[in-house]
Amino acid sequence: MTVAETEKKPLPAPSKVQQKVQQSLARRQRQEKLFRGVGISAVACSLLLVALLFINIFSKGLPAFWQATITLDIYFDPAIVKIPEQPVQGAEESDNDFRERDLAWRSAVGMVNYNRLIQAGLEKVIPDALQHRRDLARIVTSGERFALRDLVIADPTLVGQTKTLHLLTDANIDVWLKGNIDRSLPDAQQQLSAKVREWVDQLAAEGVIQNRFSFALFMNPDSRSSLASAGLAGAFMGSLYMMLVVILLAVPMGVAAAIYLEEFAPKNKLTDLVEVNINNLAAVPSIVFGLLGAAVFIGWFNLPMSAPVVGGLVLSLMTLPTVIIATRSTLKAIPPSIRQAALGLGASKMQAIFHHVLPLAIPGILTGAIIGVAQALGETAPLLLIGMKSFVASVPAGPFEQSTALPVQIYLWQGNELRNFFEARTSAAIIVLLALMLSLNALAIWLRKKYEKRW
Amino acid sequence: MKMSKLHTVVVAAAVSISLQAVAQSTRDTIQIAGSSSVLPFSSVAAEEFGNNFAQFKTPVVGSGGSSGGLRQFCQGVGTNTIDIANSSRPMRPGEVEACKANGVNSIIEVKIGYDGIVFASRIDAGDFALKPEHVFLAQAAQVPQNGKMVANPYTNWRQIDASLPDQNILLAIPGSNHGTREVYEEKVVVPGCQELPEVKAMSKDDQGKFCVAMRTDGRVVEIAGDYTETLARLQAQRDAIGVFGLTFYENNRDRIKVATVSGVVPTVDTVLSGQYPVARPLFFYVKGAHIGVIPGLQEFAEFFVADATSGFGSPLEAVGLIPLSDDEREQILQQIRSKQSL
Repeated sequence: MTVAETEKKPLPAPSKVQQKVQQSLARRQRQEKLFRGVGISAVACSLLLVALLFINIFSKGLPAFWQATITLDIYFDPAIVKIPEQPVQGAEESDNDFRERDLAWRSAVGMVNYNRLIQAGLEKVIPDALQHRRDLARIVTSGERFALRDLVIADPTLVGQTKTLHLLTDANIDVWLKGNIDRSLPDAQQQLSAKVREWVDQLAAEGVIQNRFSFALFMNPDSRSSLASAGLAGAFMGSLYMMLVVILLAVPMGVAAAIYLEEFAPKNKLTDLVEVNINNLAAVPSIVFGLLGAAVFIGWFNLPMSAPVVGGLVLSLMTLPTVIIATRSTLKAIPPSIRQAALGLGASKMQAIFHHVLPLAIPGILTGAIIGVAQALGETAPLLLIGMKSFVASVPAGPFEQSTALPVQIYLWQGNELRNFFEARTSAAIIVLLALMLSLNALAIWLRKKYEKRW
Repeated sequence: MKMSKLHTVVVAAAVSISLQAVAQSTRDTIQIAGSSSVLPFSSVAAEEFGNNFAQFKTPVVGSGGSSGGLRQFCQGVGTNTIDIANSSRPMRPGEVEACKANGVNSIIEVKIGYDGIVFASRIDAGDFALKPEHVFLAQAAQVPQNGKMVANPYTNWRQIDASLPDQNILLAIPGSNHGTREVYEEKVVVPGCQELPEVKAMSKDDQGKFCVAMRTDGRVVEIAGDYTETLARLQAQRDAIGVFGLTFYENNRDRIKVATVSGVVPTVDTVLSGQYPVARPLFFYVKGAHIGVIPGLQEFAEFFVADATSGFGSPLEAVGLIPLSDDEREQILQQIRSKQSL
């Protein structure tokens, strides 16, 4: 009916059906409105929760990326740093002998009391330092003496020179300057003595102590004797080795299993059973894999405890079903015409799948694999059972060396006694982990978009 | 297909064998597990050890509670078992037997120092001057009243003693996996219980059972995790009183305050002098069979006890360990050197 016609003729009386439609129209529209409202509020609720989580973590964690750092002129006084000459490998000396001599030299360099260098540096910026020696020792965090030692080992010519260095202050000074402890509390409840607090405020006003970006957080392993220098490097490398094991084991195995099950395996009771069990495996709580790992990999295979290789094996088991399921559903989604065309042209089944189907499935497989790996990266529970929640103060040099993992490090820091300092540090570690996860997920999305084909 | 299956089996076997070979030959890091009260000290000692001895790797320190650590320790001898168990209580005879049954025959006990256990409440809660019997009456399943044993009727500290604050009874104590729990019962609950005349009349066996029976109406909460969990409990409930290590309290003085026990304020000095009653020695146990197999094990044990590591003015004292006396230290070093087993 056109507009002109309606103007001319009056509308015919509505039929019964039309009447019914008219009557129910309001109700149906109301229902739709209601559903939209429910939907929008569901979305709003989840967004609000995500926002709450992020605001909470970021507001606590972001300040921890900057840490109170004191800038001092350190004079490597030859009277204090008395070290023998660095050994040079002789032409006829065996590697072993040289290593021993080098080790002895390193030990000798380690014997130096570097705290005295730091104290001398402090005396230059604090006028009444000498009257309060005990307080003076609490300003720079204790781990920095090893930083000085490493500088001397890296360059022995430093002895006799003066170098301007940025040294981390004690964790409690960072807490004080950031206001993470109530500054009005009486002396008895403060961690720092009144003298140190006075000095620190003075030095901060002069700009000698500044908030600088905390490289320690990324470059150092965990520490308990020098809390301010505790970092994520050990946990990060541990997680990296674990992810390598997962990528090398779970991804090829999962993809191979999926291709076989989807393309080659006959459809019978046995394969049905396998399929059901793969889905079951995906639903097994992760802690169960940890128990299995402790019993099988450590108990039977004698693999080392707290080693990323065991963590990787356990997480591979956990990731395997994710990869298989994702790969299978990608293969299912590829139109049969591709296979039929290849077979029709005389390709063998193997050729049809590897030359024609698989290339089209790659974006889906990659997405599945990356999401599986991202899940494994954040997994904590199974790692607790294979000894990976230990305190490890070194960066692992290989997958067989003891280490922790990023999520476990978060758990460990959450339990540290110095709450005022580690609450922020923990949130910072969470931010690092979240950033890693989000970039992995972004990579998955990018790969999917880049290689995606539509039929 | 047959060939490739065979292939897979062969490859899998080869991989597992090579993994085993690598694992057998590579552990050169000391592995420690056990008490979470000893963990901070053990970790600092491990870190200092790694920094001082370029030829040894930094030991790895795990937690799991005293009982958990000793159970792991007693699993057997070999590189896939731990070398050192930390414990905040002495090993029990049953545990030594369990160890021996698994072939762990040489167990060297090393005492490292002392630690105080404190009762602390939130900074905005009342001030407590506790006596052992107050704690017993607050946590017991049954208390004597008018000559009869009745189910614990106390809900407020003031009902127990008029000198205590008007505050609901809520105790957060360490779970039974912690060595701290044993010390708490041994040094506070049981002595408090035995002061009551009705209990004194009981036989020794009955006393033992009666004194540690805990009320189950939710006023006593067992914390299986570490002290941060206890602190979280206090932050959620103003009335709660938690049991902490002295070190943990020292690190969080802005959030919690301590109760005196029998009139003594817990400090390093009062623990050291023996005035503060709730203190205990801390230990670690070394597996004798691993000395000489795991590089640096004996050196680590000696380093830990050395005056420079755990004496006065040492890094361990700085994180709250209460040092051994010089005589004790000398005796323990002798024990390590002569590998004297339990």
